[in-house]
Amino acid sequence: MSTHTDLIPQDGHADDHGHHGHDTGASHSTFKGYMTGFVLSVILTAIPFWIVMSGGLHTSGMTALVILAFAAVQIVVHMIYFLHMNSKSEGGWTLLALIFTIVLVVITLSGSIWVMYHLDHNMMPSMMEQQMKNMP
Amino acid sequence: MSDTHAHVITSDANSAGPLQFHLTHEHHPENGTLLGFWMYLMSDCLIFACLFAVYGVLGRNYAGGPSGAEVFELPLVAVNTSMLLLSSITYGFGILEMQRNRLRPMLIWLAITGLFGAAFLSLEMYEFLHLIHEGNGPQRSAFLSSFFTLVGTHGLHVTFGIVWLITLMVQTGKLGLTPENKRRLMCLSMFWHFLDVVWIGVFTFVYLMGVLK
Repeated sequence: MSTHTDLIPQDGHADDHGHHGHDTGASHSTFKGYMTGFVLSVILTAIPFWIVMSGGLHTSGMTALVILAFAAVQIVVHMIYFLHMNSKSEGGWTLLALIFTIVLVVITLSGSIWVMYHLDHNMMPSMMEQQMKNMP
Repeated sequence: MSDTHAHVITSDANSAGPLQFHLTHEHHPENGTLLGFWMYLMSDCLIFACLFAVYGVLGRNYAGGPSGAEVFELPLVAVNTSMLLLSSITYGFGILEMQRNRLRPMLIWLAITGLFGAAFLSLEMYEFLHLIHEGNGPQRSAFLSSFFTLVGTHGLHVTFGIVWLITLMVQTGKLGLTPENKRRLMCLSMFWHFLDVVWIGVFTFVYLMGVLK
C-alpha cells in the first residue's frame, strides 16, 4: 500500500492530502500541470488549423500525415496533463486498459479502412449491375 | 510533470515488532470507482473508434452531393474547438478549487465550464441546422450520414456531460464537498477531458482532413 504525497506543496493544499488519499483517491492536479497542458494543446491545435487554412503543404497526403501526427501528440498531452495518466495510477491498471483499448482501436480503424478500400476497388462495375438485375 | 511522488513509510512502525505475514492495515482499493469509470471510458472509446472507422470508409462517398471541402466552415470549427478546450481548462481549475475544499470558487468554475460546453453545443447545432436547411442532411449521402452520426454522437455525449455537470453543481451546493461528491466530480472530470480527446480526433480526421482534396 503506497500513498502519494506532494514533496512540493503547491498552493497550500498539501495539508489535507497528507495520508491515505481517502478523499478522492485521484492523483494530485496542479495549476502548473493544467496550464502546461492547456498551452501545449493550444499550440498543437493552432498549427494544424493554420496549415490547412493556409492551403496545406505540397501534397495533401503529406498534410494529412502531419496533422495526424499533431493530433496524436495532442492526445498524449491530454492524457498526461488532463487525465493524469501515468504508469502508477491504480497500480498500472488504467494504463493497461488504455493500451488494450488502443490496440483494439488501431485494429478496428486500420482494418476497416484497409479492407473496405480494397473491397471497393475490386468490385467490378458489372458485378453491381448483375446484382441489381437479380434483385426482386 | 514536476511533482514527485514519495512513498510514505508505513513499514517503519512495524519493523520493530514481531515478524508479520499479513497486512496489518486492511487493504482496500483506494479508488475502485475511478478505475471502473476508466473502463467505461475505454468502452466508450471503442464506440467512437467504430464510428471513426465508418466515417473513414464512407467519408468520401458523396453520391453526387457536396464534399467536405464544400460544406465545412473551418473558422466555425476553430471557434468550436477553442470552446471545448477552454471548458477543459476551466474544469481543471474547478478541480483545483475542489482540492482546496473551496466550494464557491469551484461552483463558479463549473458554471463557466457549463457555459463553454453550451456554447460548443449551440455552435454545433447551428452547423447541423445550417446543413439540413441547405438540403445536406444525413439522408443526402453516405458521407453526410457518417458525419452526422459521428459528430452527433460526440455532441450527445457533451449534452449528457452538461446534464451531469448541472446535477453535480446542485448536489455539491446542497451537500457540500463530501468525499462522495469529490469522487463524482473526479469521474465527470475524466468524462469531460475524454470528450475533449475525442474531439481532437473529430476535428483532425473529419474536418481538417475532409477539407483536403
